[in-house]
Amino acid sequence: MAKKVLMKGNEAIAEAAIMAGCRHYFGYPITPQTEIAAYMAKRMPKIGGTFLQAESEVAAINMVYGVASTGKRVMTSSSSPGVALKSEGLSYMAGSDLPGLIVNVQRGGPGLGGIQPSQSDYFMATKAGGHGDFRMIVLAPSSVQEMADLTIKGFDLAEKYRMTSMILADGTMGQMMEPVELNEPEIKEYDKSWAVTGTKMQRKHNIINSLSLIPDELEKLNFERFQRYKQIEENEVMYEEFMMDDAEICIAAFGIAARISKNAIIAAREQGIKVGLIRPITLWPFPTEAFAKAADKVNSFISVELSMGQMIEDVRLATGCKKPVTLCNRAGGMIPSPEQVLEAIVNAAKGGNK
Amino acid sequence: MKTTQILIAGFGGQGVLFAGKLLAYKGLIEDKNVSWLPSYGPEMRGGTANCSVIISDTPVGSPIVSAPDCLIAMNLPSLLKYKDSVVSGGVIIIDSTLITEKIDRDDVSVYYVPATKMANDEGFSTLANMILIGKLLDACDEFTIDGTEAALEKVIPPRKAEMLGINLKAIKLGYDFK
Repeated sequence: MAKKVLMKGNEAIAEAAIMAGCRHYFGYPITPQTEIAAYMAKRMPKIGGTFLQAESEVAAINMVYGVASTGKRVMTSSSSPGVALKSEGLSYMAGSDLPGLIVNVQRGGPGLGGIQPSQSDYFMATKAGGHGDFRMIVLAPSSVQEMADLTIKGFDLAEKYRMTSMILADGTMGQMMEPVELNEPEIKEYDKSWAVTGTKMQRKHNIINSLSLIPDELEKLNFERFQRYKQIEENEVMYEEFMMDDAEICIAAFGIAARISKNAIIAAREQGIKVGLIRPITLWPFPTEAFAKAADKVNSFISVELSMGQMIEDVRLATGCKKPVTLCNRAGGMIPSPEQVLEAIVNAAKGGNK
Repeated sequence: MKTTQILIAGFGGQGVLFAGKLLAYKGLIEDKNVSWLPSYGPEMRGGTANCSVIISDTPVGSPIVSAPDCLIAMNLPSLLKYKDSVVSGGVIIIDSTLITEKIDRDDVSVYYVPATKMANDEGFSTLANMILIGKLLDACDEFTIDGTEAALEKVIPPRKAEMLGINLKAIKLGYDFK
């Protein structure tokens, strides 16, 4: 067991990536994720890895494409507007079935927006990472420890399913320090016979490409890819339930919003209100079943978000609109207070949640 | 079960974040749950900077301190912004060299410590933050001065190890200030 140390969330991601065997990082600075790049710049040269500050976010994601093609572990990180710039590359990686890790430490938008925390890239991460039919595995850490653990998990899942994993964090998760324990992970080996590593004239050459001009062949690729996505939906869903056993009200929240909700839940329980939390850890695949089951037990749902109501749509879909779902939110870099969430809970308990 | 919320606020460059880090490490060494959250953004460059530290027997939920049990104010804008948010029965520690304002609340304990002057007099002008931390260790029941050296060893990088002694001295100075 390693000793607990205090680390920023951003630093924990960087160190965990190195422990997971990532030796190639490409990025471009943007608040509030710059510590990831700074950490990599310091560490990579010492361990024979590559840190490269690209000329732009677009260049960085295409460098990731290049290294991913060779089967090596590779990552990039950015914040909201920077991740939007990478979306073309993410789609190309999906079309080429390349594994890789991308970190989004979100800030308020749209546009250049601000630099304070936000969760308003939920849609972008889970529905529209780029053009075309594709998915990314989206992991939402809620502590510095999870920033590290999910980074390791993200690399593993990316290789297992040959696709990109995204860590969807926010400014608070990136900037805060908490005790974290970093233990040497077990790194699973996956088949990489597809990688371009040089044939040594001993095998047929591999081609990494997302261009496919014959529609029925391209359709087949899409259907095959979605077969894989189906396996992920069946096998890789992660979520946490908090005080859900006897809950009559269920909060849906991830990341920083889930932490704030826990404060509010404890305060509401002191008032005798039976409220619990389902915290998606994978935003895609979404914990649909957990919410569907909860819909048979609870009276109502509250989606707590640092956005204008994005995850709430998935909660409604998962629950088949069986029970009312309301929104408790702040946006633009503002953060809901535990008091605001408590007020929403009290209102729901009074039956005001219609 | 106890949770202590601390807010340290001042100008960028006064060592607000470093002071918070010391408290967080002290909590970690004592096997507590801790969180440390800085303000980040343009205000760091010359404007106001602050840092939220939570030390708790139970897991920390929100890392944002909105109602501090203890406030250290190192400039007037910070004091004006946060003085009313301190909980009743809480502690406010003020660098009285830089702030002449008096607190008009009688439900909190207020300590006026001329930390910047004391630091200048001792020849370590950048350690007013540590003097105020020393006072906090004395003023808040949840803290003791024990274990401070071990926490300092964690936050002072090895290449600056020679700074350990004067940091400890500054903390002691604040702790003993009456």
